[in-house]
This record gives sequence, C-alpha cells and structure tokens, in this order.
Amino acid sequence: MKTLHKIMLYTGLLAGLNAQAQLRVEISGIGSNQIPVAIATFADENLSPAQVSAIIKSDLERSGAFKIIDAGVIANPNDVDFNQWKQRGADALVVGSVQALANGSYDVRYKLLDTVKGTKLSQLDQSALPQHSRLAAHKIADDVYEKLTGVKGAFATRIAYVKQMGRSYRLEVADADGEGVQLALGSNEPIISPAWSPDGTRVAYVSFEQKKPVVYVHNLMTGQRKVVANEKGSNSAPSWSPDGTKVAVALSLPGHTQVYVVNADGSGLRRVSNSAGIDTEPQFSADGQYIYFTSDRSGGPQIYRMPANGGDAQRVTFGGSYNISPRISSDGKTLAYISRRDGNFQLYVLDLASGQEQRLSDTTSDESPSFAPNGKFLLYATESGRTKSLAVVSVDGRVKQRLTVQAGNIKEPTWGPFMK
Amino acid sequence: MRNVKSVAALIAGAALLSACSTPVKESAPAPVVEKPVEQAKPVADTRTVAPVQTASIDPLDDPKGVLAARSVYFDFDSYVVREDGKPVVQNHSGYLTKNKQRNILIQGNTDERGGAEYNLALGQKRAEAVRKSMSALGVPESQIEAVSLGKEKPKAEGHNEEAWAQNRRADIVYK
Repeated sequence: MKTLHKIMLYTGLLAGLNAQAQLRVEISGIGSNQIPVAIATFADENLSPAQVSAIIKSDLERSGAFKIIDAGVIANPNDVDFNQWKQRGADALVVGSVQALANGSYDVRYKLLDTVKGTKLSQLDQSALPQHSRLAAHKIADDVYEKLTGVKGAFATRIAYVKQMGRSYRLEVADADGEGVQLALGSNEPIISPAWSPDGTRVAYVSFEQKKPVVYVHNLMTGQRKVVANEKGSNSAPSWSPDGTKVAVALSLPGHTQVYVVNADGSGLRRVSNSAGIDTEPQFSADGQYIYFTSDRSGGPQIYRMPANGGDAQRVTFGGSYNISPRISSDGKTLAYISRRDGNFQLYVLDLASGQEQRLSDTTSDESPSFAPNGKFLLYATESGRTKSLAVVSVDGRVKQRLTVQAGNIKEPTWGPFMK
Repeated sequence: MRNVKSVAALIAGAALLSACSTPVKESAPAPVVEKPVEQAKPVADTRTVAPVQTASIDPLDDPKGVLAARSVYFDFDSYVVREDGKPVVQNHSGYLTKNKQRNILIQGNTDERGGAEYNLALGQKRAEAVRKSMSALGVPESQIEAVSLGKEKPKAEGHNEEAWAQNRRADIVYK
C-alpha cells in the first residue's frame, strides 16, 4: 500500500509535467533493482522550447529502471562534489547546459558522472533545431539508459496509432512519450493495422475508404500514398520485411484469407501460405528468414511459423484455444500475442526456447501488441471502462504504464524503429 | 356549320310556336301533390382531364419491395446462411440474373469480440457464404465481390448479445 501511494504521488507529478500531453502517462508497479540517478536542471534550459531535464527525468522514470533524485540547480557542474551525491544515494549524476546559437539552433550538452568512482561515464553534445529540442532530450535519456543498463534506449522513438471519434478516424504519429502528436491521415472510414517501415519514414496500413479493406503504403514525409494491395476481396495485415523492400499481406483473393508477399511498390504479388482455412496476420522475423502468422488450420486460431518464401508451417502456440496477433522480438527469442482465456483477451509472451508462457496484463480486451525496438517493452491497445486506450508493459511484466487520452478511442498502436 | 344554323332556326321556330299554344280551359286546379324537389343534376364537364402518373420503378428502389431487405444475419461463430437469410439471397440473386449490368459488394461483419484482423477474416467467411449461395442460384462471379469490414463498422453500438446479433451480418451493397 505504501508503494502504491508513492506511485500515485509520482503520477501526480508526471501529470503536472505532461500538462500539454495528449497522452498522459500513469505508472503502476515498479521493478526491483532500480538504479538511483540524480538529474540536475540544465543550465539555461529555459532558453529552448523543451524543458530538457524534465523530459530526461520523465523518460527514465517511465522505464521503471531508475529511482530518480531531483538534483535541482547545481552551481558548478564542472566541479562536482561526488561525495555529496553518493551520500544522497545517487550512483550517477546527470548535468548539462543549453545555449542558443546564432543560427537559431540550440547547443545541448550533457555529462553522465559516476558518483561512486568520481569519473565521467559519458557525454553528448548536440546541435538541435528548435523543433528537435525534445528529441535532443530523449537522446540524452537514451544515452543514460544505455550507459547504465547496457541496453539501447528507446526514448527517441515514435509510435503510431489510430484515434477514432464518432465517424472520424485519424492515423496519428507521436513521440514514444505521447508528445508531439502529428496527423498522418484523416478519414471518415476506418483505418487499421498500421505498420512502420524499417527506416521509420513510411507506414503501411489498411484503409476502408473504398468501402472494402485495401492496403496502402504512405510516405510520412511527403504524404504520398500508394495502393500496394487491392485485389478482389479483402486486403489487410501488412508487415514489412526487415530490408524494407517487401510487405507481407493477408488477401481473401483465393476465396479464403491467405498470406501473400508483395513488393513495397505493389508489384510482384505471390502467395506464400497454403491452407484451406484462414491464414492471416503475417509478421516477418527480424532476420527476414521466417514469417509468423495466425492460422485456424487446426480448428481455432493459433500461431505458426513458416519460411519467408513459403513452405511447411510449424505450430508455435499450444496454450488455450485462441491465440492471435503474433509479434516477434528483434532478437527472435520472445513471441508476444493475444490469447483468449475464459472469454478474456489478454497479452501474453512466450519464450520460444523454453515454451514458457506468461500473461502480462490484467485487463480483458487487449489487442495489437507491438515491441519497442529494444525489445524491452510492449505497447498494446486495451480498454478501460468503455474507452479504448494504450498501455505499455515491460516484457518481464514488472513495469506497467497506462497512456490515458482526453477524448476518443485510441487503438491499433505500433512502435516505430530506431532512427538517427 | 350549316347544320348548326338550321338547328338554331328549328329551335327558334319551336319557341315561337310554343308561345302560340292553344288556350287552357278553366277547370278545377289539379290537386297539389308534393313531389320531392329534384336538385338539378350537375352536367358532367366533358372537357375535364384527370391526371394519372405512371412510372417505370426499378424494384431495387422500391422501399416496400422485397429487395429492400439487404442483410443476412448469422449465429455466433457461424458462417452458414440461416433459413431466415435465404429469401434475401434468393430475391437478390433473381434481380442480378435479370440485370446483368448490376454489380454488388457483399460486406461481411462480425461482432466486436476478438482481434481486428482475425475478425476481418471471419467477416470475409460470412460474405463468402452469401456469395456462394448466390452463385449456386446462377449469379456470375463477375457480378459479385465479397469483402469484409470485420468488426470495424458495427450497426448496433451496444455491448450485449442483442447488439452482437445485429452485427453478425453480411450486407448486400449495389455498386
């Protein structure tokens, strides 16, 4: 109970910090073995549009891997009293500064100091355009995360999702913390299954604007769209090959839904799965060798794996009678999926080597899981009350976040790739 | 015209003659018998024209016709056309075989339970079931496209069996 109250306090603080956020973050549950890190206000950080130290604190806190100590303003960041910080319980200290440059950009500098050894662990100097000042802060958080945990940080990544309000559907792109929401596509018909290209510049999705499901590839920078699959019947479930040249899709062309692969420009369509039932939701493995997919060839829907060019499929899920929406981690070791148990649709992960499964959520209408590119977190759609919203959970199940929205139903989330 | 003049002359002559009728003998006045007064009958205007509207109505557009029903409903976890869906299938099959230039989209739907993509495939099964039934009644493949809306466009917004039953449905949409 004490822990819960502490979390509620943090939640209050975060809510205040994210007052402008479209997506509000609430954390429940903390992982053990948190690394204590002190974060100082960056010198002159009020100069840039983003409050750099606040963003770094928020990112690191949200990961659940750190206990954040607010260091406030440090008089002389170049001559730090390491003992003082060690005594305050911090293993590491983050200091930095922001300077306005003549060309309108900002010089954002930071250092990560080891208070125990009294040494500099890392530093990063960036020149950021005003519209990229939040990104500069996220990159610092990534650096702190990587230097202290050994794992690449995913704070500078983006997410995409569909926001539905009445008959309005919007495909939106936001930073991983829910800030910086941008509209990619507005429609009065549904949009489902958005999928990021590996280089993060395009999104494939299914649009119902032609009164039937059609797969589009949409260039985010230019707004140009191309139909990559509009065969007779339904076209859906796009998934990019790791090299970004092909898209796997589900087509009802043969009279029942089967998996096909098509080039990203819409050419070269060929069938890849072969069953008499439903084969859908193809997902390329990170090495491009396999396609995981949902099939009801054994009765109810289960997850299978086949070679990417087609061939014999092997069943992967055996728990329960309904397993859908396969997602494979980039290291190929963990499968995330949605399983129906006792009528509840819940997020599960499966360790492929051991066959051990673990339920990650306590909710009942989970959908569309998506791995963070560092494989440490899963973003998924869930329901609270009658409103659809997004949630994030660490792959070990210990850290949970709810992203609550002011209005509308948020669904179909997908986590974008690492980008420069 | 000559006839009219001679008729007029005859009528005029008759009027003159009646004026010089034989004198009436004085006699006891005839008993007065009350006769119902006959209203003067309106004389039909033979120049009246009563408007009549007729039109060629496409039976498809008749809101009271059998083709107005365009939805086929399905049981839970079922992709088989029920008895109550057969008249819809039969009526539209009949229309399409007679109107070879008309094409339809059959849109299959599911209730809200389950994943979006898997439900898209299940909705497709419902659309295909209707398509196959129409095919069996002679409608060419070229006139039908079976597609799915999955659970994305529910007709009934509730979260109970009543709403779900409304949403487990295939709709016939004329292009």
